[in-house]
Amino acid sequence: MSSAYLGMPAFPQAAKAATQDARLRANLRRATHTIRDKRARAVGELDDWAALREAGRRIKDQTLRHLDVYLLQLEERVTSAGGTVHWAADAAEANRIVAELVRATGESEVVKVKSMATQEIGLNEALAEAGVTAYETDLAELIVQLGDDLPSHILVPAIHRNRGEIRDIFVERMARWGRPAPEGLTDRPADLAEAARLHLREKFLRAKVAVSGANFMIAETGTLVVVESEGNGRMCLTLPQTLISVVGIEKVLPTWQDLEVFLQFLPRSSTAERMNPYTTMWTGLGPGGAADGDGPRAFHLVLLDNGRTDTLADEIGRQVLRCIRCSACLNVCPVYERAGGHAYGSPYPGPIGAVLTPQLRGTGSEVDASLPFASSLCGACYEVCPVAIDIPEVLVHLREQVAAQPGHAAERAAMRAATWLFEHPAALAAAERTASATRALHPRTLPLGPAGAWTQARDLPRLPAEPFRTWWKRHRAEPPAAPQSTGTSQPPTTPQPPTTPESTP
Amino acid sequence: MTSRDAILDRIRAALAAAPEPEPVVRDYRVAHVPVDDHAAVVDLLAGNLADYRAHVHRCTEPELPGLLARLLADHGSRSVAVPPGLPASWLAQADGVERVPDDAEAPLTAQRLDGVDSVVTGCRLAIAETGTLVLDAGPGQGRRVLTLVPDHHVCVVDTARQVVASLPQALPRLDPTRPLTWISGPSATSDIELDRVEGVHGPRTLDVVLLA
Ligand code: SF4
Repeated sequence: MSSAYLGMPAFPQAAKAATQDARLRANLRRATHTIRDKRARAVGELDDWAALREAGRRIKDQTLRHLDVYLLQLEERVTSAGGTVHWAADAAEANRIVAELVRATGESEVVKVKSMATQEIGLNEALAEAGVTAYETDLAELIVQLGDDLPSHILVPAIHRNRGEIRDIFVERMARWGRPAPEGLTDRPADLAEAARLHLREKFLRAKVAVSGANFMIAETGTLVVVESEGNGRMCLTLPQTLISVVGIEKVLPTWQDLEVFLQFLPRSSTAERMNPYTTMWTGLGPGGAADGDGPRAFHLVLLDNGRTDTLADEIGRQVLRCIRCSACLNVCPVYERAGGHAYGSPYPGPIGAVLTPQLRGTGSEVDASLPFASSLCGACYEVCPVAIDIPEVLVHLREQVAAQPGHAAERAAMRAATWLFEHPAALAAAERTASATRALHPRTLPLGPAGAWTQARDLPRLPAEPFRTWWKRHRAEPPAAPQSTGTSQPPTTPQPPTTPESTP
Repeated sequence: MTSRDAILDRIRAALAAAPEPEPVVRDYRVAHVPVDDHAAVVDLLAGNLADYRAHVHRCTEPELPGLLARLLADHGSRSVAVPPGLPASWLAQADGVERVPDDAEAPLTAQRLDGVDSVVTGCRLAIAETGTLVLDAGPGQGRRVLTLVPDHHVCVVDTARQVVASLPQALPRLDPTRPLTWISGPSATSDIELDRVEGVHGPRTLDVVLLA
């Protein structure tokens, strides 16, 4: 994953820093509550939401069950429409492919439209090493990039910055990257957006190469779909001569018709809109090929594994691959609201990050081992998830895997994450209230599962087996063993094979 | 072994013991409004477009040239990009506005379009429930860049033939091999403290003409 995230402190330390920042907390709270309420209204407009959700879940499950078939079909369609398909087993390979494609054009700049997949593989850093400058063109990503910062929310990556800070970043940094901010720039959002428009237009008009992700890929037709708001996506997908799209293999959908489900619930779940301002769909080079003058003359699709096949192999964990990155689960999460996005140590924050990152990267590092514990299992995320990912179920499952790992690093990480939760009673109380209100809706998801791997000999709590508060009262008197040097010199009482997916670089 | 084969092998190995999931059942609605009340569907389209801050206008065929001329004048436009296949009569009354035609022999560059004030197009269809216009680069619409770079887009919808109620009604009528642009209101961002701001990179003003 991105080197920017290497060395991130484990969840509890990072969360602690975030909760001490009153402004960040206020921004996050306002943001998540605003989107949350709007989403509920947008969803309420559709009285068949449950049927859509069930159809979406099943479409994704069918896709994942026959993923090889659909990927091959997609490859065939994209190729016959004039595109070129590349397969990347891991981040390093994907970065190498993209860098080589850019180098082959002779260009040293690319424009980028926001893409979680390219953040996941650390593409910008890899391109920089190859002498290529990648310009982020999403307003929030621009703010993050100019501020030399990390994104903190899937949808609103600069949610942790207020308008005054954004103005200062623009005034101080824009000149270094291109067209400077206009004289006398105010902190009015409209003026800030205008400054971004001018700064980036210059880049769009001269860009020869663009890099994107995609929200969906249609196997039946070879069509890629990018959903956006600002128009920077359209700029990137339309103006440059070469387009390179890096897309996770789980983003495929079998049929064109399937979009009628996903395009109904993605915008409503994410920006709480009936429909987002712009959606672009393209199939290879289009009916006129490279000659029609509409859009790029070369199109490359890089299909990314990077831990996804490991996730697919996990019977319980594989449902996470249904995720459409709508971020609805972030906005209802009491832990995310208080801890902030950076605490999750990856481009995927919030509940989805807590279940996706440890599966993509493994739980070898302390931050990744602590992620499954960064939750109170309240189930609010499952309720809003448009593809019905049972996040609490996966969290419990991953906790068991961490517990089964040899060594104390994982235990320490888990303990600290749990301790952080107890120190934030509001996060817990909100969680418990939600849980009790919705218990009947997700009986399987509540922390009742037998945490089999949590053997009696461990100091680790059987977290899933009882509410945190009860556990805490009981265990206060017996703190965990003092941290030892990490490593495998401490054999687990019952030797167990590691059950975590392989870590990917 | 290539990465392609390795990934496919890993997928097959991962799924070897996976059960066949439940079949897909599409028992969601085809539309959320009565589809046979066409006037109500068009009203819904108008309402949803306006809700996302498009400017909605209605007129009859004979009124169209006058309305388009007025919209260009109101925007202060001195030039208008014209896609191939746009009916010549549409812009017949736009006096004093320079026509900048796009055609296959002499395609307009993005740089040239950056200096053009407006663009007038038709569309492939419009979706009422979501307030969405869909363009497919067909006649009267042109290459995607035309509706992207100028700051003002006027889109004419033939309500008798181009309005559908819902997404399930729209998708079968679209050709996925064509480049498709779905537009629901003008470009917008909420990236700064969640304040919605119209217009970052796409046209900041979207006029929609519902042609009776
Ligand atoms: S897990 Fe569900 S709610 Fe969360 S981002 Fe993914 S699809 Fe959206």
